[in-house]
Amino acid sequence: MGGYLGSYATLGLLLAVGVLFFLVAMTANRLLRTNRPSAAKSTTYECGLDPVGGDWAQAQIRYYVYAYLYVLFAVEAVFLFPWAVIFDDPGFGMTAVVEMGIFVGVLALGLLYAWRKRVLQWT
Amino acid sequence: MPVWLELTIRIAGVVVAFLTLPLIVGQAEHKVMAHMQGRLGPMYAGAFHGWAQLIADGVKFVQKESVTPAAADAPVFKLAPFVALLPYLVVLLVIPLGPGGLVGQSLDIGLFLVLAVVGLGVVSVLMASWASANKYSLLGGLRAAAQLLGYELPFVLAAASVAMAAGTLSLTGIVEAWRPWWLLWQLPALVVFFVAGLAEIRRPPFDMPIADSELVFGYLTEYTGLRFAFFLLAEYVGIVVIAALTTVLFLGGWKGPFGLDTELGWLWTLIKIFAVSFVVIWLRVAYPRLREDQLQRLCWLGLVPLALLQLVLTAGVKVWLT
Repeated sequence: MGGYLGSYATLGLLLAVGVLFFLVAMTANRLLRTNRPSAAKSTTYECGLDPVGGDWAQAQIRYYVYAYLYVLFAVEAVFLFPWAVIFDDPGFGMTAVVEMGIFVGVLALGLLYAWRKRVLQWT
Repeated sequence: MPVWLELTIRIAGVVVAFLTLPLIVGQAEHKVMAHMQGRLGPMYAGAFHGWAQLIADGVKFVQKESVTPAAADAPVFKLAPFVALLPYLVVLLVIPLGPGGLVGQSLDIGLFLVLAVVGLGVVSVLMASWASANKYSLLGGLRAAAQLLGYELPFVLAAASVAMAAGTLSLTGIVEAWRPWWLLWQLPALVVFFVAGLAEIRRPPFDMPIADSELVFGYLTEYTGLRFAFFLLAEYVGIVVIAALTTVLFLGGWKGPFGLDTELGWLWTLIKIFAVSFVVIWLRVAYPRLREDQLQRLCWLGLVPLALLQLVLTAGVKVWLT
């Protein structure tokens, strides 16, 4: 396959084949499996006891701080990759490295701040 | 060769790799774990040292009843195993097996694509856990979300270090640029990438989201039959994918210890992939599960700073060389 978009045609085709694989497997499963539904079978499983309380339980979402930090660094990664490919080309050199160093340094400072504020704790 | 034939061969090659390599790794895990623990492992299926055990498992799984809990959000619940599996199929497309175009499809942003689709794993876990309407599933899913978000960072930063060293995002290009002394230069990135990769595929000692002694079976609690089998398959494809990425980015891919790379490149790649997979299995036997807070501490205070230092080192050496 030639051309820039041509190389992505393979990717698209592979995705289609993946969907097809899943459909064929689930159809085979539908044809081969037994099916004897019962009320007991379709209750929520909690160690074999009857479920206590609602199923849509409330849980403390501890990871939202991690999610914030993740977004920061994910944005950094988006900037990092284009820079990583060209930073040693003629005309960039030390200046480009220092600039990226400052950018990454500011983010690392943010991580240090989060650690000092004790938000990086699970309990 | 006509275009349609070439496309068919490429796609068929990727699908065959997707269906066979995980089974080989899974069988190896059965036997390697067993012998490390002084057991024999499967011996019956296929008559010779249980070689057909996973095929027998597959035949069994496809006949199993599919139970969806009454409380579950059925469409999301049913779709989740597929979302877990599909990204790994895409990754296998861009992993180069040998030089001279022996690859499903070489993309010039291959590394970027790989990191993006591996990051989709967290979506499938959250879909499975929340749609199950089970307290243990939800707890496992929240643990998994925090774990996958956290370890995504060192994973991506370590990969960025190699992209800087090679000056390209194409996986084929990275292997071509690779030199043996990079083993030393990129050693911290290798360690960070491998550990973060283990956490990304939730392998022990990073299997807190599943943690069968605490959370029943985490976000997989409510799954039965073929859908459960797909989650298991996703785990083993995950091992292959992480081993293959470690091989391609850090261990030189198709480059062997003596010439003949053109002829034997595919063999070197496979040997390296299986060697790394062996280490993944070994770590499961050797180390107990981390505690949740230890896990987060290791990531944010260990791996992320180490990966940032590696970036500085890579940039420094690279500028000094040119």
